[in-house]
Amino acid sequence: MRYLPITGADRGEMLRAVGASSVEALFSDVPEDALLAEPVDLPLHAGEFEVERRLSRLAARNRAAGAGPFFCGAGSYRHHIPASVDYLIQRGEFLTSYTPYQPEIAQGTLQYLFEFQTQVCLLTGMEVANASMYDGATAAAEAVMMANRVTRRSKAVVSGNLHPHYRDTAATLARFQGFALEAGPPAPAGGEDLASRIDADTSCVVVQYPDLFGNVRDFSELAEAAHAKGALLVVVVTEVVALGALKPPGEMGADIVAAEGQSIGNAMSFGGPHLGLFAARTRHMRQMPGRLCGETVDAEGRRGYVLTLATREQHIRRERATSNICTNSGLCALAFTIHLTLLGETGLKRLAALNHAGAVSLADRLGERVVTPAFFNEFTVRLDGGAAEAVERLAGEGILAGVPVSRLHPGAGLDDLLLVAVTETADAEDLDALAEALK
Amino acid sequence: MTGNSHDTVSGDLGLSIEEPLIFEQDSPGAVGVDWPEADAGADRLGGLARSGPVGLPSLAEPTVVRHYTRLSQKNYGIDTGLFPLGSCTMKHNPRLNERMARLPGFADIHPLQPESTVQGALALCREVQRWLSVLTGMPGVALTPGAGAHGELCGMMAIRAALDAGGAANADRRRVLVPDSAHGTNPATAAALGFEVVSIPEDERGRVDPGRFEALAGEGGVAAVMLTNPNTCGVFENDIRRIADAVHAAGGYFYCDGANFNAIVGRVRPGDLGVDAMHINLHKTFSTPHGGGGPGSGPVVFSDALAPYAPVPRIVGEDGALRLEEANGEAFGRMKAFHGQMGMFVRALAYMMSHGADGLRQVSGDAVLNANYLLRRLEDVYSAPFAHAGPAMHEALFDDRALRDTGVSTLDIAKAMIDEGLHPMTVYFPLVVHGAMLVEPTETETRASLDRFIAIMRGLAERAKNGAPLTEAPFHAPRRRLDETQAARKPVLRWQAGE
Repeated sequence: MRYLPITGADRGEMLRAVGASSVEALFSDVPEDALLAEPVDLPLHAGEFEVERRLSRLAARNRAAGAGPFFCGAGSYRHHIPASVDYLIQRGEFLTSYTPYQPEIAQGTLQYLFEFQTQVCLLTGMEVANASMYDGATAAAEAVMMANRVTRRSKAVVSGNLHPHYRDTAATLARFQGFALEAGPPAPAGGEDLASRIDADTSCVVVQYPDLFGNVRDFSELAEAAHAKGALLVVVVTEVVALGALKPPGEMGADIVAAEGQSIGNAMSFGGPHLGLFAARTRHMRQMPGRLCGETVDAEGRRGYVLTLATREQHIRRERATSNICTNSGLCALAFTIHLTLLGETGLKRLAALNHAGAVSLADRLGERVVTPAFFNEFTVRLDGGAAEAVERLAGEGILAGVPVSRLHPGAGLDDLLLVAVTETADAEDLDALAEALK
Repeated sequence: MTGNSHDTVSGDLGLSIEEPLIFEQDSPGAVGVDWPEADAGADRLGGLARSGPVGLPSLAEPTVVRHYTRLSQKNYGIDTGLFPLGSCTMKHNPRLNERMARLPGFADIHPLQPESTVQGALALCREVQRWLSVLTGMPGVALTPGAGAHGELCGMMAIRAALDAGGAANADRRRVLVPDSAHGTNPATAAALGFEVVSIPEDERGRVDPGRFEALAGEGGVAAVMLTNPNTCGVFENDIRRIADAVHAAGGYFYCDGANFNAIVGRVRPGDLGVDAMHINLHKTFSTPHGGGGPGSGPVVFSDALAPYAPVPRIVGEDGALRLEEANGEAFGRMKAFHGQMGMFVRALAYMMSHGADGLRQVSGDAVLNANYLLRRLEDVYSAPFAHAGPAMHEALFDDRALRDTGVSTLDIAKAMIDEGLHPMTVYFPLVVHGAMLVEPTETETRASLDRFIAIMRGLAERAKNGAPLTEAPFHAPRRRLDETQAARKPVLRWQAGE
């Protein structure tokens, strides 16, 4: 077996050295009737080519986004990833390293995490960011729990335009941790009154920017209303490229930003792995979940980096930790950092502008059926015949037209709404094809 | 600045090159990606256009490639050498798995595409479920958890949901029994779900004493036990059936932390031992890359009793007409935005198919043999607290008794290993052993690599006894010891302009 270097001769000598008669004898502490005498009922080992052939056949049964016009969004976005990003993250010293608990031989990982944390702060307009989380939904749930800790309250007021999967992820924790999550109904064209729902028990208000339906709006007044009642404002971002074009949540008074960072540097990959971004205010730093990388010096006074403030974490605090989280999305964070470094100030702004221009161009083609007044690269279209039916029909014609709202809000009476995302990967022909097909 | 870099003009030494932050290499006008300017059309941002700069630096592609290449050279990976980090399982990461995960049919598909266009992806998820189910002897498989600790939450939430379904009779059932040797995530998970954590001390064999466990379980209010097996003392809990029976008799469930499943894969099925739920760290047993700290993936296998409470989404239907079930009345809820770490499923399946049922047996056999080999070849110079208690499993646990009176600590040995070109083992864990050194060689090391490790470790023990200055090591790494106290006292968590 190509991955297993111990030879039969090695095995014999090593067994003699340990004083065992066989490998099986080393499992003598296992109850005898639980030891399998034969391999389990699964295929036997296979060579590299054979594995490649079988998996390639499965891959070929999926329709890749690059095969035709593609407009799906709703929390996962198709953007171009520069070749050097994928090359660099596959360098073995990054790919096959561990969590940087031995900082002297992990400065590569630690320095990019420090760069990553800084980039996340700059994009969101926040003061401090962690080293990443599982995905945007888990980051949002952690944001609510952090707000509960900071305010010592236990009720979150949630926008009806928050991605329902994010809402449900937080609701799962709410159920078991005993805090309340009050979510309003979806409001596709906007117009929610969240401020009036804030009371003395409210730990935070959770909004999405741009929201599920693509709406962008200024939350500055909502932030003031929340702060006036001692609550925090949590802003969720599922399409982080938007922050290259839009006023950052930090400038609106957000206290916590929880975002999905997949859009920069990471493939959609059927929904995972993705990259949770988490940013907050310095005053709440010690209540943050997840790993943090910090600057320090070594014994010779040279600048270096370490994981820090670990006293919040489970491996030190055990049952008193701020969360049970033990990992981050290290390699996805590296891809994000490299891609954003390649983009730089100019590249990010151009990328964001191309996304917006493409979306505006499509919206112009679709005219009055667009229900979203202001948006970045995703908006909602009303289709009288039903969105899910249209998506199925267009998939048959080679166009992945977007995400029907009914897939996310089944039974909510929103079956005629379609979420359409336009990134830089869609060209004018793609826009024409979709507009034509939706006529 | 002082140190070992005084004999070159630059201060750099060969391949050891200092590398500033990207923010310190800003070259306005440079760009690393060529995007055109968008056509000037109507702005529909609703008056919310960003007014100022983001503050990102500008670098051309060659500068960026060189920057991250240099950073990579400051890292140690499993590709570099032996990485004996106990309980973390740093084994070879086959590159075939990377290639497979990048096939456009897996990487370039959207989680909410029409199900008719992703039948191959859903079939792959089903296949991963089949392998995990057969290997563990457990009927239910939840794929969504994003990492091992997330899997723990999943398993324990299913247990809470099952208890809640039992009604008022279970209202006071809130005690979770956790051995002191457990990973920190176990008590953190239990506490995060509102359970009361009850510690179980290890006995002199590094195991849970079954009589004591039965007494604790008999005190009532038991929701679950969280047990790692093989445990973090490096031995198999040979009373596991009594423990399972006791927790079941008390009305609770058996959660197994599957972090060490790699020690028994292909040879022992947890389902045959009375386990009700277990997470599997795909990055440990099935070699998806650790990536410097994630992304992980932590599928959970369930017994028949708990399977109904598994989270959504679930994959249902027949091959060719597979569907995602997004809501289910018994499911405890949703854990993540989408269906799980697909990229990790592809890698893990490529690994499982490569080894097959026969190869996976050899994986656990060689992993256990290698650990026992290290244990027996080092126990005369490093004290091994549980070496008398039977064979080790896939890791060998030492403590610092043998270093007593040398002035050298476990940490010093770890740092001295860095100078020798080795990654240190896990240190000071499990907490139940003073100055613990937990060594996990894995099955992908050669005999020569193991012998080199043994020679170095014996040599370091000798040097420690002879008063070598190990307390200052490492001398030859990209950095000397870093001041972690300063980092925590005055946290600097981001670069700031003008500093």
